[in-house]
Amino acid sequence: MSIILENINYVYMAKTPYEKTAIKNINIEIKHGEFVGIIGHTGSGKSTLLQHLNGLLKPTSGMVSVDGQDINLNGEDAQRAKRSVGMVFQYPEHQLFEETVYDDIAFGPRNIGIKEDEVEARVKKAMDFVGLDYDQFAKRTPFQLSGGQMRRVAIAGVIALEPAYLILDEPSAGLDPRGRDEIFGQIIKLYKNTGITVVLVSHNMEDVARMANRLIVMNGGEISLDGSPIEIFRDCQAELKEAGVDVPPLTLLMNKFNQCGLDVDHTVIAMDAAVETILAAVRRR
Amino acid sequence: MEEFITMKDMCHIYAAHDGNQVTALDNINLSIYSGEFIAIIGTNGSGKSTLAKHLNALLIPSSGQCHVNGLDTTDPANLWAVRQVVGMVFQNPDNQIVATVVEEDVAFGPENLGVQPGEINVRVTEALNVVDMEEYRYHSPHLLSGGQKQRVAIAGVLAMRSNCLVLDEPTAMLDPKGRQEVLSTVRQLHQEKKITVVYITHFMEEAVVADRVIVMNSGKVVMEGLPAQIFSQVKRLKELGLDVPVAAEMSYRLRQHNINIPEGIITDEELVMAICP
Repeated sequence: MSIILENINYVYMAKTPYEKTAIKNINIEIKHGEFVGIIGHTGSGKSTLLQHLNGLLKPTSGMVSVDGQDINLNGEDAQRAKRSVGMVFQYPEHQLFEETVYDDIAFGPRNIGIKEDEVEARVKKAMDFVGLDYDQFAKRTPFQLSGGQMRRVAIAGVIALEPAYLILDEPSAGLDPRGRDEIFGQIIKLYKNTGITVVLVSHNMEDVARMANRLIVMNGGEISLDGSPIEIFRDCQAELKEAGVDVPPLTLLMNKFNQCGLDVDHTVIAMDAAVETILAAVRRR
Repeated sequence: MEEFITMKDMCHIYAAHDGNQVTALDNINLSIYSGEFIAIIGTNGSGKSTLAKHLNALLIPSSGQCHVNGLDTTDPANLWAVRQVVGMVFQNPDNQIVATVVEEDVAFGPENLGVQPGEINVRVTEALNVVDMEEYRYHSPHLLSGGQKQRVAIAGVLAMRSNCLVLDEPTAMLDPKGRQEVLSTVRQLHQEKKITVVYITHFMEEAVVADRVIVMNSGKVVMEGLPAQIFSQVKRLKELGLDVPVAAEMSYRLRQHNINIPEGIITDEELVMAICP
C-alpha cells in the first residue's frame, strides 16, 4: 500500500518559448502510514509534485501508481485509486461554495454516490474531527465564519471523502498562532487515530520538523534531501540553506550559542529539549 | 514627534448576519506619530484589519474620531486628501494589482490624482527604483513572485507620494525569501524616506524591528510599548493566543531555572551575549 512515483518529469508549456521543466527525475515511494513533510522555496516544484499524486497533472514522462494502480490510465480502477488521495489546496476556504456548512462538506460524498444517511454520518464525523460543533455550525452559511473556521470546513469536506492519503498544501498559511496550533493539532489527531497517510507541504520547517516522520526537500524541481527530519537538521544545514528553506528560529539560536563556544546540542527541535541542553551546558562551565 | 494619526474614543460597530451588533473596535485611543514604525499584532478577529481600514477612510468610525494629518475622516470632503497621504498594501498580492504591465500598475494612483504624464513617469521610475523593481518595469505582474508583487504594490503607494504606509499582513502569503524582501523594503523606506509605517503581522520576528508594538484583543488595544517591553511578557502574550520570538521565550524559560538573564531580551544576539559574555 503506497503511492509510487517513478521517473517523473513534468514540462510546462512544452514546445513554446515559455517551456519549463518543473520537476525532473522524481522517484519516491510514500508508504502507508507515513507522515511526510515536503519543503522547498517557491518555484522548487512542490505544488507540481503534489498535483501528480492524485492525477491533477499527468507526468510528461514516468508513472504514478496508487496502491499498485497506474492512476493515469482510463477506467474505473484508476478513478477509484485517485479518489483514495484527498487534496487540501492552499487557502481551501476560497473554494467553499454551498449555502450551508453541511452541504459544503456533503458535496464530495454525494458526488461519488454515497447514500444520504451515510453522508450525514460522514459529515458529523468529519466536523467532529476538525473541531466544529455539528449543532452549532451545520446549518450556518460558511461565508460568515472566521478564516480559521472556514478552513476547517474545507478540510472537513476532504476528510468526509475518507481518503487513505491526505495531502495538505500549506494548511496554516495566514492563520494566527492559535489557529495554526489548532489545525495542526487536528491533523496530528487524525493521523494518530485513523492511520491515514499524510503529506504536508509547508514553508515552515518548524511545523514540519515537529510533526513529520519523513522529510523531503525540493530544490530546482528535484528532490535534494529525503530522510528523517532530525537527521536532516543535524547533518544537512548547508544543503537546506542552499535549497532556500528557512531553518527554524530555534535552530538558528542554538547555532549562535555553538558559535560563541557554548557546547549545546544544536539539533534539538523542541523548546523543552533546547532548555535542557542550554542548562546542562551552562552548568558544565 | 508630531502626531500624524489620532484616534479618539473610536468605535466600529456593524450588524452581523443574525442581526446582532458586533463591536469590532471598542473605544480605541491611539496616536501614531510622523516617521514612526508601528507593528500591530493580535489574533484573527481581534480588530487589527478593521483598525487599519480606518487609517485611510476605507471605513469610518461608528462613533468617536479618526484624524489623519489633521483631517477628520468622517468628513466626505476629506476623503481623497486622506487617501493620498495614507496608502494601503493588503495581504493577497493578486487582489491589488490592477494593470497588465508593472509600470502601468504603479502609475495608476498618480493618474487618478491627475498628475501630469511627465511627472508620473518620474515618479514611477523613482518608486520602482526604491523597491528595487526597475528591471521589471515592462513585465507582466502575473508572472512575478509574491514578494515582487508586494513590492510593486508598495511602489504604487510611493508614486502617490503618500507619507504613511499601512500594510495588512503583507507577508502572510509569501515564502521566507519573499517575506525578507518585503520587510527589508519597508524598513528601508522607514529609515531612508522617513515614511510612517503601520505594519500588521502574525510573524513576531517582524514585529520585533518596530519602534512600538500595539497588541489588540477583542477590538481593544490591550498592550502597547517598545518591542522589548511587549515581548518580554511571554505569559501574557501566550494567554492572548500569540507567539513570542524564540529568544524571548528561551529567556523566560531559562529565568525560571534561575539562570540570571536581564529582562527585555528579544533577539538571539542579546540572549547569546547575556549567556556567553
